[in-house]
Amino acid sequence: MANVTHSVTEGSHHELQPAHPPTSTGLSNEKVAMWAFLGSECLLFGALISVYLLYKNQSLQGTISPIDVYDIPYTSVSSFVLLMSSLTMVLALAAIQRGDHRRLRVWLLATALLGATFVGGQVYEFTIFIREGLKLDTNLFGSSFYALTGFHGAHVTLGVLMLLSLFSLSLKGRLPTERAETVELVGLYWHFVDIVWIVIFTLVYLIK
Amino acid sequence: MTDATRTHDAGEPGPVVTTPPEEGGAKHAHAHPSEWEYVKIALVLAAITLAEVLIYYVESLGNLLNYILIAMSLVKFALVVLWFMHLRFDSRLFRRLFVTGLVLALFVYTIVLSTFHIFTR
Amino acid sequence: MTTVDHKKIGVMYSVAAFLFFLIGGIEALLLRVQLGSPDNTFLSAEAYNQVFTMHGTTMIFLVVMPLSAGLANYLLPIMVGARDVAFPRLNAFGFWTFLVGGTFMYSSFFLGGAPNGGWFGYAPLTRSMPGHNIDYWVFGLQILGIASLTGAVNLIVTVINMRAPGMSLFRMPIFVWMSLVAQFLLLFALPIITVALFLLMFDRQFGANFFNAAAGADPLLWQHLFWLFGHPEVYILILPAMGVVSEILPVFSRKPLFGYQVMVISGIAIGFIGWGVWAHHMFATGLGPVATAAFSASTMFIAVPTGVKIFNWLATIWKGKIRVTAPFLFAVGFVTMFTIGGLSGVTHAVVPSDTQQTDTYYIVAHFHYVLFGGSIFGLFGGVFYWWPKFTGKMLSDRLGKLQFWIMLIGFNMTFGPFHILGLQGMPRRIYTYPEGRGWDFWNFVATIGSFLIAVGVLVFMWNVWKSRKAPLAQEDPWDARTLEWSIPSPPPEYNFAEVPLVTARDDWWRRKYAEGPDGRPSRRAEQPAIVGADPSRYALAASTGAVETESEAAAGGADHDGDHGAHDADHDEHGGEGGAEEHGHGEHHIHMPSPSYWPLLASLGLAVICYGLIYKFLPAVILGGVWILGSLYAWALEPATEPEPPEEELSPSRELEPVSQG
Repeated sequence: MANVTHSVTEGSHHELQPAHPPTSTGLSNEKVAMWAFLGSECLLFGALISVYLLYKNQSLQGTISPIDVYDIPYTSVSSFVLLMSSLTMVLALAAIQRGDHRRLRVWLLATALLGATFVGGQVYEFTIFIREGLKLDTNLFGSSFYALTGFHGAHVTLGVLMLLSLFSLSLKGRLPTERAETVELVGLYWHFVDIVWIVIFTLVYLIK
Repeated sequence: MTDATRTHDAGEPGPVVTTPPEEGGAKHAHAHPSEWEYVKIALVLAAITLAEVLIYYVESLGNLLNYILIAMSLVKFALVVLWFMHLRFDSRLFRRLFVTGLVLALFVYTIVLSTFHIFTR
Repeated sequence: MTTVDHKKIGVMYSVAAFLFFLIGGIEALLLRVQLGSPDNTFLSAEAYNQVFTMHGTTMIFLVVMPLSAGLANYLLPIMVGARDVAFPRLNAFGFWTFLVGGTFMYSSFFLGGAPNGGWFGYAPLTRSMPGHNIDYWVFGLQILGIASLTGAVNLIVTVINMRAPGMSLFRMPIFVWMSLVAQFLLLFALPIITVALFLLMFDRQFGANFFNAAAGADPLLWQHLFWLFGHPEVYILILPAMGVVSEILPVFSRKPLFGYQVMVISGIAIGFIGWGVWAHHMFATGLGPVATAAFSASTMFIAVPTGVKIFNWLATIWKGKIRVTAPFLFAVGFVTMFTIGGLSGVTHAVVPSDTQQTDTYYIVAHFHYVLFGGSIFGLFGGVFYWWPKFTGKMLSDRLGKLQFWIMLIGFNMTFGPFHILGLQGMPRRIYTYPEGRGWDFWNFVATIGSFLIAVGVLVFMWNVWKSRKAPLAQEDPWDARTLEWSIPSPPPEYNFAEVPLVTARDDWWRRKYAEGPDGRPSRRAEQPAIVGADPSRYALAASTGAVETESEAAAGGADHDGDHGAHDADHDEHGGEGGAEEHGHGEHHIHMPSPSYWPLLASLGLAVICYGLIYKFLPAVILGGVWILGSLYAWALEPATEPEPPEEELSPSRELEPVSQG
């Protein structure tokens, strides 16, 4: 349906959401769970990032080091793509909250495509690196680089799968406005994956 | 959190709705960014990313570069978390859950890396 | 197999944990037979390595953690006044994943050999140990980690978000608090070992270099990552048992817990400080004086809140009206044995003395005193205490006391000498020792002691067996303090017929007793109802006319009284997926989440992937991945409950919201 409103008046999207079963905090269980999970993920990526920082210049074998392989302009385009996917994600949420399911699907698909582009870009980047001689088993740098970015890429991939699932659910009419929170939860996961990349981009690629 | 001293009529049945969702309510006049505000934030993110890349090539900065880059990424991080993830406008509980994980990670990993003398090499 | 009821899941966790306890115990006996005399050949070195690795791994990950999880699963929702956990299907998934993980790990015995690198799996050694033993350890722990993480999220959300009206955080039972802190520790510690295990897996499967010293890797990386998890893990192991003790002692002293708020804060403090002490497991690794001094200080510091708790328990018992029952004995056993273990722990905090103690049997003594004398004794106390709650019957108190004394003596006979052996220089993790070192006598004594422990366990099993034929016990048999005793034993599937309104800490006690003029509790004239209880099992209240059966409350049929209470666990399985459980009691309509088989299926998929990865069999990996994704997808799309029935079926005074989706 054509929905022309772009700004969300305060509280209006909340009227569309029925009350959850009463909870002690008034917040939804799923949202509390997601934030708890994201807190946990900080420890996960923190470990991987720390291992990378420790090892990136400590390799005793294999002559390849970061400066040899990184293509900063390429990776920055990739980063830009992922950042923009956060925008499209938040626009998707805004769309379903005001009942605009057409736009929801547009933005969901856009987010998924941007995410897939990011992953594709990473895969391509990896093939270049491998051709240049950097593999998981080459040296410390290789191991820690692929572990960190691989984990992140896997998270993005799972996110893309979730986004596409939401898209197809919406197409089948199984994602009504009352279930906007589901989009919100996937969105939280998606943004988290984005902020991890913000940290990775700086600490892995840019810091010398 | 829950209202511990709420009195309850003994005969009153049914579910007791406690504090209303904190996101709603007319009093949060600025509670929810508009789509245009989201776009503006995205533009800022893009601009910072561009700046990061450009600064990367400035040789004269030396070690200062690293601190600037970290600061810039922190700004981007905060923008996404506070606005896109809505943490700024949502219940404090979410902030606490997330920040606990974040701070804990920073704390323990900084110590671990210190024992490897990474900061003094 | 399809249940999502937290009570059944709690029982399943506990039963599985007990079976693993027997296996882990037999492993211990094997070790003790081998070490009972010098130069023994009962177990080869390789066999010994597998047995001691599996003994530790089993007791920690397959016994104490799931037993604590079982009690928490059963009790936390009821103690906070909820009908189930936040995500019932996720709860089921957690259990099945645990069972799959444990079974997977044990399958290694038949598939080339069990893990043999110690329960701590130190790399770089484990990165190059041949065979698949270590791989089973790595993948098994990953599976178990997933189980614990989902459980942690579930319980955290349940406690934060599903408390009954009036149940503020500072009115919750201490067991809830301690379990909550433990869940937060799990939430934040598990990712760290997950990473460590992945890195080890990459080294072993794909030739990565994380622990490859020849490539420049730091040999201490594993230890840091492991102990960053490992130290919070020991608090995960002890805090729930501390919570159990804090429930038991007040009941059997007829006094409230001394210093409730301080106990809560100490528990939280232990959780916090526990993040800052991990390198005390690494004092002998060459960290340098600054690091060791810092960690020594933090380790000493953590003794403070722990000591506070011990004094508060003592103050709880002090001048109380003590009833010496089996649960009471186990709780007191906890306090005493844990104190001893804690004292040896304090000696470890002193770096120079730890440098002598580390890697000797002195350390083995310490952790068995806190984990066996502490956690296991505490958990046994909980089992005895809550047995009537779970089953409606009492375990024999006489046999329970017998078991306690046998275990106490056997335990001290086994692990007391370890202090001596350690100080005499006997190293850990050796499969035999030569004659003439002076270690023979105490090793022999310890072996005798270990068999005495086994006798104690047999007494317990006999007790359980005997109690099957026991008559149903009285409701609230201990005259206890907390909400779980305000519903029938065993509870109906929906726990509370009416969502309770809580107005105080120890609310159940407050409803039974007022504070008399002399400060002593005085029983109220009108006793609170246990809705749904059989009047013949609630004599005291019946005599004061306060028994209100559900039929009286809701004008339903008399055959509903206590009906659900007396049925055993497998009664309620209404196989269908997606069918709601409806409990009409008169005009009640309490919607409980429907059973589902997706959690079980998803768990099995994990095993498929892991077997595929170990044997480098790609089709299995792909199949497993598809299997899991498919199960998760189906699970997500399956409704948690049926939609509400039409309005006219619901009595307005009894309509209750369904538990949340999940």
